[in-house]
Amino acid sequence: MAILTTVISISIISGALALISVIADAFLNNYGECEISINDGDKKLKVDGGSSLLSSLSSRKIYIPSACGGKATCGLCKLQVISGAGPLLPTEEPYLTEEEREQGYRLSCQIKVKTDLVIKIPDELFNIRAFETTVASITQLTHDIKGLKLTLPEGESIKFKAGQYVQLHTKPYAKVKESVFRAYSIASVPSEQTAVELIVRRVPDGVCTNFVHEALNEGDTVTISGPFGEFYLRGDCTELVMIAGGSGLAPIRSIILHVLEKELDLNIHFFFGAVTKKDLYYLDEMGELADKHENFHFVPALSAPEPSDEWEGETGLITEVVDRYVENADDKEAYLCGSPGMINACLNVLGKKGFKEDVIFFDKF
Amino acid sequence: MFDNAINPMIIFFASILTSNMILSNFLGMCSYISISGEYKTASGLGKSVTLVMLVTTLINYAVYHVIIVPFGLEYLQYIVFIMIIAASVQIIEMAMDRYLPDLHVKLGIFLPLITVNCAILGTTLFMVIRDYNLLQSAFFGFGSGLGWWLAISMLAAIREQMAKTKLPRGLAGPGIAFIITGIMAIAFIGFSGIFNIQ
Repeated sequence: MAILTTVISISIISGALALISVIADAFLNNYGECEISINDGDKKLKVDGGSSLLSSLSSRKIYIPSACGGKATCGLCKLQVISGAGPLLPTEEPYLTEEEREQGYRLSCQIKVKTDLVIKIPDELFNIRAFETTVASITQLTHDIKGLKLTLPEGESIKFKAGQYVQLHTKPYAKVKESVFRAYSIASVPSEQTAVELIVRRVPDGVCTNFVHEALNEGDTVTISGPFGEFYLRGDCTELVMIAGGSGLAPIRSIILHVLEKELDLNIHFFFGAVTKKDLYYLDEMGELADKHENFHFVPALSAPEPSDEWEGETGLITEVVDRYVENADDKEAYLCGSPGMINACLNVLGKKGFKEDVIFFDKF
Repeated sequence: MFDNAINPMIIFFASILTSNMILSNFLGMCSYISISGEYKTASGLGKSVTLVMLVTTLINYAVYHVIIVPFGLEYLQYIVFIMIIAASVQIIEMAMDRYLPDLHVKLGIFLPLITVNCAILGTTLFMVIRDYNLLQSAFFGFGSGLGWWLAISMLAAIREQMAKTKLPRGLAGPGIAFIITGIMAIAFIGFSGIFNIQ
């Protein structure tokens, strides 16, 4: 009997409170449909007004970092609101500097969507998304490296900086029962937004590389997410020294194609290291680019060419070649991508040439 | 055990000075520590807490004497009080946002932050335990709110003054706030001879 009374009375009381809340919400919190315009109209969302900007965005799969969950105690969910947010609230003040206030930064968890809003979200947050791509082609570039071309779904586009990477999510295959993801640099040029090219070198026992090399076929669908990464073209200089080994060509290729396509005023020296001729790829493409563009110099180098390679180019470790070609660090930036061993050796050489840490960018894998 | 004839005014001043929610009961510490960086913000939060304490104490007083006691549901009081506080705070906030936008900017935006503030539930429970009548409850709720406001304003004012002080790294932020609170609590013991309601 006591249990019954308890259940009934709690139900009645909470039901009554819920009813009052729902009625109040419907009458007091009804602001109709509002439009949120993001990044100069790049994307327009129609949402029902009445909830916070943070939750309105996350309901539409745009995730702003937030640690406190909307209690105004972490200050992470800052973003720029151009119009529609009303006056600065006292809860926001402790988290915003004078400069940020002038630029219209607000805490998105504290702003309620009551009218149409115009906001700006940093590219890193706004552009990171998952894409369900289709494998358009798989090219055997060398005996252990494959090139993938993935096309994005109709109407979608990816915006990345030359040199950034995406995560490739595998599907269960053969004996691997779970999905994993690995990072691969984008090898294609950023202006091409409806497809990405990746370069995947087969690693013995590598879950993802073997997935690409064995299980993936043209026409399959595969999920990627991104873009991510701090390895991208800065370009505050007149000369770029680029060094790649193996599948490290990918981000370097993207940067080179970008510089040449946009006709940026940069002199590029690209050193591409491999062991024998069968480890080299994209030689023709790079050679053609070097013939066509005066500001692009391509130096492939083999550390141990086979006699059958009939190799006439540079030989020796990539560090020795770089040492011979690069004289000083004047107004240069260096971009390195390859194995940790290669990168560390190159950092050494570049350091001796006078390159400071802040003009050397690298991606180790 | 408790003198039910305590003058409401004594309850009012005691709840500010000698039985301060923060400095003698240490209730409502989370928002007290995290939102005390700036005086203006802290003061706004203090005002909202005062409003909510007064309103919820009165609503809960009514609910306790009209529903809980007559139906013998005392064992459910905690859960009922919490639900009523949460619901009424939400509704006050929505109504204020709609009809008093200016006041909402100053006061209302703090309301969601204090929905689950323990000082507010504490006030209601003290009221029930001490068996206050309606007038006493009103003064107690209002006084407790003012006491909370006083405490957080003092802490925020001190922290603002200290903003440029060099502190050992581990003490900066909440660490030093706790130490200041402790010293303030010791100072408030000085009031304890004036009156006592506990």
